[in-house]
Amino acid sequence: MRVLVTGASGMLGRATATGLLERGDEVTVLQRRPAGLPCAEVLGDVADPDVVARAVRGRDAVLHLAAKVDVTGPWAEYAHANVAGTRTVLDACRAAGVGRLVHVSSPSVAHAGTALTGVGAGPADPARARGRYSRSKAVAEQDALAADSPALAVLAVRPHLVWGPGDTQLVGRIVERARAGRLPVIGSGVALIDTTYVDNAAAALVAAVDACGPVHGEALVVSNGEPRPVAEVLDRLCRAAGVPGPRGRVPFGVAWVAGAAAEAVWAGTRRRSIPPLTRFLAEQLATAHWFDQRRTRAALGWRPEVGLDEGFARLRAWYLGGDAPSSA
Amino acid sequence: MRAADATPARPVLPGLDPAWSRLLTVPDAEGGEHCWHVLDNGVADPVGTLLCVHGNPTWSYLWRRLLAAAPPGWRVVAPDQLGMGWSDRLTGPRSLQQRVADLGDLTAALGVTGPVVTVGHDWGGVISLGWALAHRDQLRGVVLANTAVAMPEGDLGPALIRLAHAPGVRTAVTVGTPVFVRATTALSRPALPADVRRAFAEPYRSPARRRSVGDFVADIPFSPGHPSRPAQEAIAEGIRALDVPALLLWGPRDPVFGERYLTDLRSRLPQARLHRYEGASHLLPEDAPQYAEAVASWVADLGTGDRTPARPAVPAAGRRLWSALDERADDDSPAVVEVGGATVSWSQLSRRVADLAAGLAASGVRPGHRVALLVEPSVDLTATVYALWRAGAVVVVADKGLGLAGMRRALRSAAVDSVVGSRAGLTAARLMGLPGSRIAAGRTGRGRGADATLADLEALGRSAPAPAEPPLDADCAVLFTSGATGPAKGVVYTHRQAAAQLELVRSTYGLTADDRFVAAFAPFAILGPALGIGSAVPDVDVTAPGSLTAAALADAAAAVDATVVFASPAALRRVVATAADLSAPQRTALARVRLLMSAGAPVPASLLRSLQAVLPAADPHTPYGMTEVLPVTDTSLTGIEAAGSGDGVCVGRPLPGVDVRVSPLSPDGRADGELTDRPGVPGEVCVRAAHVKDRYDALWALERATSRDAGWHRTGDVGHLDADGRLWIEGRLQHVALTASGPVTPVGVEQRVEAVDGVSAAAVVGVGPAGAQVVVVVVVPSGRRARLGGRAARLRLAGTELADAVRAAAGVDVAAVLVTSRLPVDVRHQSKVDRGEVARRAARVLAGARAPHRP
Repeated sequence: MRVLVTGASGMLGRATATGLLERGDEVTVLQRRPAGLPCAEVLGDVADPDVVARAVRGRDAVLHLAAKVDVTGPWAEYAHANVAGTRTVLDACRAAGVGRLVHVSSPSVAHAGTALTGVGAGPADPARARGRYSRSKAVAEQDALAADSPALAVLAVRPHLVWGPGDTQLVGRIVERARAGRLPVIGSGVALIDTTYVDNAAAALVAAVDACGPVHGEALVVSNGEPRPVAEVLDRLCRAAGVPGPRGRVPFGVAWVAGAAAEAVWAGTRRRSIPPLTRFLAEQLATAHWFDQRRTRAALGWRPEVGLDEGFARLRAWYLGGDAPSSA
Repeated sequence: MRAADATPARPVLPGLDPAWSRLLTVPDAEGGEHCWHVLDNGVADPVGTLLCVHGNPTWSYLWRRLLAAAPPGWRVVAPDQLGMGWSDRLTGPRSLQQRVADLGDLTAALGVTGPVVTVGHDWGGVISLGWALAHRDQLRGVVLANTAVAMPEGDLGPALIRLAHAPGVRTAVTVGTPVFVRATTALSRPALPADVRRAFAEPYRSPARRRSVGDFVADIPFSPGHPSRPAQEAIAEGIRALDVPALLLWGPRDPVFGERYLTDLRSRLPQARLHRYEGASHLLPEDAPQYAEAVASWVADLGTGDRTPARPAVPAAGRRLWSALDERADDDSPAVVEVGGATVSWSQLSRRVADLAAGLAASGVRPGHRVALLVEPSVDLTATVYALWRAGAVVVVADKGLGLAGMRRALRSAAVDSVVGSRAGLTAARLMGLPGSRIAAGRTGRGRGADATLADLEALGRSAPAPAEPPLDADCAVLFTSGATGPAKGVVYTHRQAAAQLELVRSTYGLTADDRFVAAFAPFAILGPALGIGSAVPDVDVTAPGSLTAAALADAAAAVDATVVFASPAALRRVVATAADLSAPQRTALARVRLLMSAGAPVPASLLRSLQAVLPAADPHTPYGMTEVLPVTDTSLTGIEAAGSGDGVCVGRPLPGVDVRVSPLSPDGRADGELTDRPGVPGEVCVRAAHVKDRYDALWALERATSRDAGWHRTGDVGHLDADGRLWIEGRLQHVALTASGPVTPVGVEQRVEAVDGVSAAAVVGVGPAGAQVVVVVVVPSGRRARLGGRAARLRLAGTELADAVRAAAGVDVAAVLVTSRLPVDVRHQSKVDRGEVARRAARVLAGARAPHRP
């Protein structure tokens, strides 16, 4: 199969493109900076119609990962990368007659801040999603699913809290803070959260490329299906990285107010760095969010191959010497 | 004639399918015509029709769940009465007689031809019965929920309604303001969601639209001269002749129609099946949504006729519960010894029981009368129980462990005719507001409102004829379950079943007239005479497990030279803990005990082993069973050791004459598989035996659900049989964790976790929606003394080492390991962990914080 992967320079994009290459697909990748993968590459902005049209031409399927994933920055940047970017990909797919599009989304598009316990993939809700990233991704997913048609099968896949060796987003930030002694447990630390080991998320996306067609027009949350208390997840990530675990405890209310204050300061001073805390992050770390995986597994014909324990072991090995076992 | 007020548009309301709504204009007997709003599921060529009649001030919305749950092939028709709901408004009052006629006009216009089952709530009950009497040829059955057809004699009618009926008050609360409309839905227990309350009030938004609400109240015939009185009385008397099946569904918390209205209805419809939904109030269809399924299954059963359960044939039992008393009427050896109190010989007890039985009969206790016993275990209690049995009465026993509120609920549900109580018991009876006459036990005297004392009745009985022996298939007892999972359930036994139970206990444990036993286990404390052996009642409160010390047990054993001890595990734990205080003579008395039986909850082998130090000669046995059937299986310390470890607690092999099978679980946790005795298949444990209870009391729907395999009782326990025919119990059906990879039963996991170093107790629960649950283990770490019960303790996250060790032992994926200082337990045995409560608390903490609303 000829597949275009957008956003292949990130941890998940790279792992997914590698997975497609390893099974013999003809892969093209599209992103701003070279991904260093052994395949055809188109460099450019995912919201640029000419660039995207060139990348999409002749593809059987598109796997759209490219997005701005961040906690700060003006709305315009999110709207450009996530909303306009997705619309550009949709237009290009229709123009080029591509039959299937797997749109990579996020469970946060349906998370209004309350606990999600064992639920399926609720509808994306831009009005209630928390933070700019989630709101822009919610709009993008709505657009993508609205484009589902007999000519173009669209499937939205929402991997939840992806982590693994080479991760600069989730693991990187947590470890950096823990190393600086600035990683407290927010709230009781008991809230159950689902996470996804990167190889499992990549395998789910590869499976979604195949399933897309018979399965279409819906959103599927992907996770390891092994929810754990948030303090335990943080602790195990830190142990794997060889840094001390979370220290101290901040009541949720305090964290939430602090997050709101930090957001205001960062917005007011137009800082580009990452604020120590946002409301979104406080909520993510203090309320349960874990998912019913039955529909996902049935629809994709996929199951996570790497359990949490194995995932933590691989992360540890990677931190110890950079000689993490290759993801087979 | 149409009222001027225009019908507003009907909004979309929760639970109501707009497709059910239809409007129909029907002429009435007076030459007018009215537009009716009717909910109708529109089944063509129906097998039958359910005609559902609401009361005041509700409307057909009340029946939406019944429309949704309609039995296959049945049409469900629920009109809004004229002037009510979305039907035409009226210009004047409408009498009961007219309303019954209106309903007939409507069903004719709807083409209803029968068979019809009427369903009525509140004042809709009377109107539905009026229709039923006028359409006998079409009538197949009647269903009534929280209603009345007559004021019981001496009754002035429901106080709340009477208040609303008072002139001046009535117009103000029913028409001028929406007070009556809103108050009705405020009665709901548990409280109704706001959108449902709004839905009920929707058709009654203006005084003009509420006119008939007031007229309806005015039409209740409280006074003899009321114009609707003759029609009401004709219906109330007429239904006595109805020979169709009847189903009564009742919310006992109803402040409008209390117990006396239920009693009145049962006397008029003696064939009626009854289900009391404990906790439900007046708006039964709202408070107990499961009523709809109950009606549907009752209607489905109408076609099949009552299923006759296939029970194992019971030999025409020669022995009655009092046979030993007759046989040993000349025996002067002790029959019952109260340690520190009275002793009575077989001959004395035999005489007392005969006199008391005759006295009870002479004082008006009739066969089938239900008599609540609020007497501590004693000679008095024993004599009373056997006398009541002999006189054909039914003893009603609720454990003190239920607490006053639980006992009240239980004893009121049993509709007792009399109470026999000690001083404290009669005080409690008054506090509980129990109906019926009062008989004082002990040295109470006739104070406390007692109508007679036991001594009075014995004296009366000396010159009265012996009552006729009750037939074997008459009821003999109503016992209550522990109430560990919801309200205690009444369980009815007949003489035949009780005799079969005692015969099985006698043969299983080889009891002979040479045995004497100490019964520190409430149900067995009074059964010595029926077992034909002498018994001692220890000088402790046997209903409070844990109050029995080793010394008290030894004194009781010494008092009768006991060979057998019956006790609960909680009691035995205390015995082991206090064994050091035993004197040498006390040790000698306990050394004579040849058999120890511990029932009430699973007994760990470790406890049985430590008991050997206290009762060195005793063979420790533990039967498995429940209030509904006991014993089912039996095992001993040797048996437990031979079985080794497995998934669950091994409770031994089924006893002779007892069949055990399991009903396998579906992935979503329903035990709906065909009964099987295949080894290793987990499922709901089902039992067939001659001594299974006759039925649940006043719980028709539960009885139907638990006896749906003819002749088999579903225990609610989950377990499996092994290749050697032994039964292993894995937990309660409602405690099975329903994970995405299938059901996980708790007991086996708990046992493996409890074997981990540093863990003294564990509870395994499922958290999350059924089918997607995750397994959570809550442990009480050892180190500090493990405590069970008491106030709720906080749940915290376990440390990494403990969590790792628990996960390694569990054998299933464990999402979270939590620690606590104590686990909640059931009130009665104080030894069964209340996993439901653990699950609720775990779910709460694992959900994390609640985020503030953002603007």
